[in-house]
Amino acid sequence: MAKIQTLSTDEVKHVAKLANLSFDSEDLQKYLPQLSAILDFVGKLQEIDTKNIPATSQVTGLENIFREDEVDATRMLSQEDALSNAKETHNGFFKVPAIFE
Amino acid sequence: MDIKNLTIISALEDLRSKKITAVDLVEACLENIRKHNQDYNVLLTVEDDDKLIKQAREADATDHSSPLSGIPIVVKDMFSTKNLRTTAASKVLENYTPKYESTVTRKLKEAGAIIIGKANQDAWAHGATGENSDFEPTRNAIGTDTGGSIRVPASYNNLVGLKPTYGRVSRYGVVAMASSLDTMAHVTKNVTDSAHILNITAGADPYDATSIKTDPEDYLKSLTREDLKGVKIGLSPDFKMATLDKKLVKKIDESLKLFEKLGGKIIEVPLPHTPESVETYYILVPSEISSNLARYDGIRYGNGRSHFGAEAKRRIMIGTYSLSSGYYDAYYKAAQKVRTLIIKDFTSAFEHVDVIFAPVAPVLPYKIGEKVNDPLTLYLMDIYTSPVNLSGLPSLALPAGFVDDLPVGIQIIGPPLSESRLFSIGNAYEKQ
Repeated sequence: MAKIQTLSTDEVKHVAKLANLSFDSEDLQKYLPQLSAILDFVGKLQEIDTKNIPATSQVTGLENIFREDEVDATRMLSQEDALSNAKETHNGFFKVPAIFE
Repeated sequence: MDIKNLTIISALEDLRSKKITAVDLVEACLENIRKHNQDYNVLLTVEDDDKLIKQAREADATDHSSPLSGIPIVVKDMFSTKNLRTTAASKVLENYTPKYESTVTRKLKEAGAIIIGKANQDAWAHGATGENSDFEPTRNAIGTDTGGSIRVPASYNNLVGLKPTYGRVSRYGVVAMASSLDTMAHVTKNVTDSAHILNITAGADPYDATSIKTDPEDYLKSLTREDLKGVKIGLSPDFKMATLDKKLVKKIDESLKLFEKLGGKIIEVPLPHTPESVETYYILVPSEISSNLARYDGIRYGNGRSHFGAEAKRRIMIGTYSLSSGYYDAYYKAAQKVRTLIIKDFTSAFEHVDVIFAPVAPVLPYKIGEKVNDPLTLYLMDIYTSPVNLSGLPSLALPAGFVDDLPVGIQIIGPPLSESRLFSIGNAYEKQ
């Protein structure tokens, strides 16, 4: 089990990369102590004995909700509506940043 | 006209007997908004005046037999409203106009309600204090309660707040925060109005696979109790009464005495894992947030990820860390297991009592900005509310009076799907 520790700058940078967020050095100064304090606080949970306790991911008790594999036309957006909030479109498509150089 | 003292039910009676019109109601709301919204910033978006008046005229042309005919309602800006801007109070969505309607707002509109506008909140509903406003133009508001963000504002405004059982009301079309905890809740002036709104919003929804299939009850039929004879009310010493502001203790005790006076029997029940609810909550919720907010890339709608505010960034970071390789077992999984223990505590307690009594917030309402730079203190605000969300239970927040002229609230928590019981007890309490 990982030991509770104060975060390092490198760790914050790594997590930021995973989360697709960018922090400049000023942000890092601000967030590092806050995030460390929060992790120290929530990390206290590790002191509780949870051996053999199952994990809860949802509280409804429902399992495998199925529906017919049919198109629900009342729930469809027209192409025009689907694109209406996009900043950049091209020939009726969303324009996305290039991935390849 | 003065709308301060109108409830939903009394306004409906006045509309049906033609004492007032829906146009009067809407104009009174718009007047309040013109006078106060600039100072209090309660509404982020107000529907176009002409459209609202037109809807009110259409309602006035009927006999107002629809359950919410002509009633002005405000929804938190988490609900997608077709062709009305929906921002979740975040810069990421500042220009987003949904092209579809959430199930809750669709049901409200079909019942005849007039949606005046979209209420301010903490961005992405991250926080329990964002609605700490002493002004609400209609005092009928629908919102989300993930860790207390309907019950706390209700208590801080001397109003009634219902957080239903998880899944009782559809989440479809609501900006997701923590999907396994998010509950569609509402604030009203009294218990009767609260039951009336749940009659409209509750029910299974094919668009929300986690919605509960059991048919809802007629909640208005539950409001018959005059006393609480035979009702067993749980009180837990573990609910960390020690963290409660000393100023509040007396008021909370008075409220408990009232339950006893009405015939309720107070029984002590252990809830040994509830003190760890805040830690559990602040691992699980940020984890679900980091996953839910991953979709905001500014391509299909909204702005890019640099537009997230400080609290959203903090939560995304904590959540990503908890879910990341090497820390998953120590944080996320550990919290999921403690969640099981918290749920078990409640299940065992409800073998002995009908409801559990608790305060809503540990401190009195405070000034805007007083605590915003101290995330951990703000997190502790959720001490009494978060265990309820982690367990998916229903809870009714009720006014308990005033301390230093500031409102104090209590909540009664019930087992899953016990909303009728909560309304029935709340109604007897309210009449005192």
